[in-house]
Amino acid sequence: MSNTSNNAPEGRGSDGGASGTGAPPPRLALNGASKSFGAVHALRDATLELYGGHVRALLGENGAGKSTLVKTLAGVYRPDQGTVLVDGEPVDFHGPLDARDKGIAIIYQEPTLFPDLTVAENVFMGRQPLSAGKRIDKGELHRRTAELFRALGVAIAPERPVRGLSIADQQLVEIAKALSFEARVLIMDEPTAALSGNEVERLFRVTRTLREQGAAIMFISHRLEEIFAICDHVTVMRDGAVTYNGDLEGKTTDDLVRWMVGRDIDQLFPKVASEIGKPVLRVERLTREGVFFDVSFDVRAGEIVALSGLVGAGRSEVARAIFGIDRADGGHVEMLDRKLPNAKPTAAMRAGIGFVPEDRRQQGLVMDLSIARNATMTRMRSLAPGGIIRAARERALASEWATRLQLKYHRLDDTVGTLSGGNQQKVVLAKWLATQPRLLIIDEPTRGIDVGTKAEVHRLISELASRGLAVLMISSELPEVLGMADRVLVMHEGRLTGEFSRAEANEENIIRAATGQKEEVAA
Amino acid sequence: MSTADVAIDRRDAGERARRLSELVFRMRELGIVIALLALIAVTAILEPRFIEWDSLKDLARNASIIAIIAAGQTLVILTRNIDLSVGSVLGLAAFFCGDMLSNHNMPIIVAIALCILLGAMCGVVNGVLTTFGRVPALVVTLGTMYVFRGIAFVYTDGRQINAETLPDSFLNIGTGTLIGIPTIALIAFVVVLIVGLYLSNYRSGRELYAIGSNDAAAKLAGIRVDRRVVGAFVASGALAGLGGALYAARFGTVDATAGTGYELTVISAAVVGGVAINGGVGSVYGAAIGAVLLGCITSSLIVLRIDSFWQQAAVGALLIAAIAFDRLVGLRLDAALRQRSARRA
Repeated sequence: MSNTSNNAPEGRGSDGGASGTGAPPPRLALNGASKSFGAVHALRDATLELYGGHVRALLGENGAGKSTLVKTLAGVYRPDQGTVLVDGEPVDFHGPLDARDKGIAIIYQEPTLFPDLTVAENVFMGRQPLSAGKRIDKGELHRRTAELFRALGVAIAPERPVRGLSIADQQLVEIAKALSFEARVLIMDEPTAALSGNEVERLFRVTRTLREQGAAIMFISHRLEEIFAICDHVTVMRDGAVTYNGDLEGKTTDDLVRWMVGRDIDQLFPKVASEIGKPVLRVERLTREGVFFDVSFDVRAGEIVALSGLVGAGRSEVARAIFGIDRADGGHVEMLDRKLPNAKPTAAMRAGIGFVPEDRRQQGLVMDLSIARNATMTRMRSLAPGGIIRAARERALASEWATRLQLKYHRLDDTVGTLSGGNQQKVVLAKWLATQPRLLIIDEPTRGIDVGTKAEVHRLISELASRGLAVLMISSELPEVLGMADRVLVMHEGRLTGEFSRAEANEENIIRAATGQKEEVAA
Repeated sequence: MSTADVAIDRRDAGERARRLSELVFRMRELGIVIALLALIAVTAILEPRFIEWDSLKDLARNASIIAIIAAGQTLVILTRNIDLSVGSVLGLAAFFCGDMLSNHNMPIIVAIALCILLGAMCGVVNGVLTTFGRVPALVVTLGTMYVFRGIAFVYTDGRQINAETLPDSFLNIGTGTLIGIPTIALIAFVVVLIVGLYLSNYRSGRELYAIGSNDAAAKLAGIRVDRRVVGAFVASGALAGLGGALYAARFGTVDATAGTGYELTVISAAVVGGVAINGGVGSVYGAAIGAVLLGCITSSLIVLRIDSFWQQAAVGALLIAAIAFDRLVGLRLDAALRQRSARRA
């Protein structure tokens, strides 16, 4: 932390550009960077710069391209186009170690530490101070670690193991590590997501200390009030592109929200009107300690209820608890007026719940088995009288669903891994629909699915609802939520913070509730 | 803002977490020492001759070879790998050593050095296949366990080494004493001490822990993971080679089946001694105490005239108890931490 320049060559509008004349070049900058994964443009012509002695906020919805941007700066990804500049010089990172050597430290949401080793060893792993005979000088090791923590103004004992440290303390260990190799750029990816109020205060104190010492800091957060508390500059992203890049001063929460949203709903969601009937699922004050609290809502027959919110708000966890994968610590779930036992997925299935998980590859399908076997997996028992699967019955059932869902496949015997993402999702749907559920929980129905198939999956879900199926859909994509849902529930940090009817729901009020801006508790 | 203020608002939560996790860390080795003492005490009460000096010397001799190989195995297990080939390496080295001494009149020290080298070469094969071949260590060493044993059978060609053909000074290493302590136990003590000091005081030693604790983070910290893992396998092989030479010195009679099944005893010793099978945790001292405990169980059951079949069952039960205990403590710790962070939020 040697450089203590306090220049602020900022204040450009959203036009971006890295042209500062006279002033020192930014410590770290991204110039016109683009990055695509297959057909998905994760980053489009993004430009931003980090200056010593300043804190920049990086804002954007889920999937806006923030993590891709961070990973590009960290040397994890190489941009397809555009350049990364360190002190104004273009650099070509071949891996995270290259970035580290240039003094760039990333503090990920999940710290990357060695739980079994001491704090001091974690800070200095591979660079421990040595005494004569190449032995590790433990006294010096602990002294230097203690010194780093003193500079940060926190009390963590260097000789204790990392296992058992809170996430907040682990982040501070990461920050100490960054300081130990004299990082000049510190990027923190949602550092406050798992912290309590006091811990956030402490992190901010540390951040301010580092800023005074001249570090260039970037801070990713969804909590807008935090951004106003600590940041000098802000970059807002939407759909992989930077929509604002400049000073934070004089800007309001409204401005930030406006730059984050305003996406075009460029895909058509064929929403079919359906008759909404009696409640099928009723969730009463469901709580899982430390994850979500007091969640109550219902889902009616024929209704699509979207559970919206930011990643980590606890949405998937609520779904898992409803289906009985995770144990709830309080509250209960009723299905068709009958209480479900806690933590029993088989009971949930028998009561008529189908669950399409977020991670198709890991949890939804067995990638090495055939399409037919996957599609009929939930019906295995009825296909196998006496314990032996009747191949003919399996094929008949599978091909029936393949036709109904318009699955595009070569042969039913092909492994499911050969299908495209959208068609894999259809197989998962078939698997659950074959159980004739009354309620379908779908976590991120169209993640990683190309645009064309997306609309088809939406059509399917919509049609199923119109035939009386109750649907609870978790989605991080606002257009999908707005296009599909009859009712939108919003979660923020484990609590329901908003409920909107189809007519009321719009991007702004959902984002507000999702970032905890307006306390409008569901009835 | 003063450090003192921060310290005060941190003390409560931090202190409790620290005490909890420190307790867990100490318990790993403390538990086994208590078990060992309890076993000795119970046996001694039932049969006082058990703690006579001669009997204890025997105990030390029996545990020594296992402790030496367990020291090498600990290095491998710490990196979240495993070496199943040590028993076969021991057999190969034991016959090689006996052959060199009885049929080729090689100086003792050279023969032992060559055994260590032979073991190290076996370790290179294991390490290279595991790291650069990207084959799981369990599969690689399961394979080389058979391969090395097969080589031993070809090499011995049905022959057997007998104590009469071996020089007395060599046999003395296995059965004699130095300043009143069994020589072989002194060797084991020195080996364990060296490996222990290496693990706690040298960068590469600490890196073995880092690799087993979090492989991805180790790569990010710039650790040459592959090189370290190969090193661990080489050390394990070398110590198994040394163990082979000592086996020949201790028993005098060696054929191609020497050391069959040792790999499981060695791994049991390490695991019972608190070396986590998932890597990252444990010490070579714990593994050595584990070796003594296993040896002690065998001897005490013999002394107490309990059927030797029970010995295997006892070792197995102990192994499961040790792992279950570890797991239980781990789960408790996780639960306690979750509750704590929930209360804070």
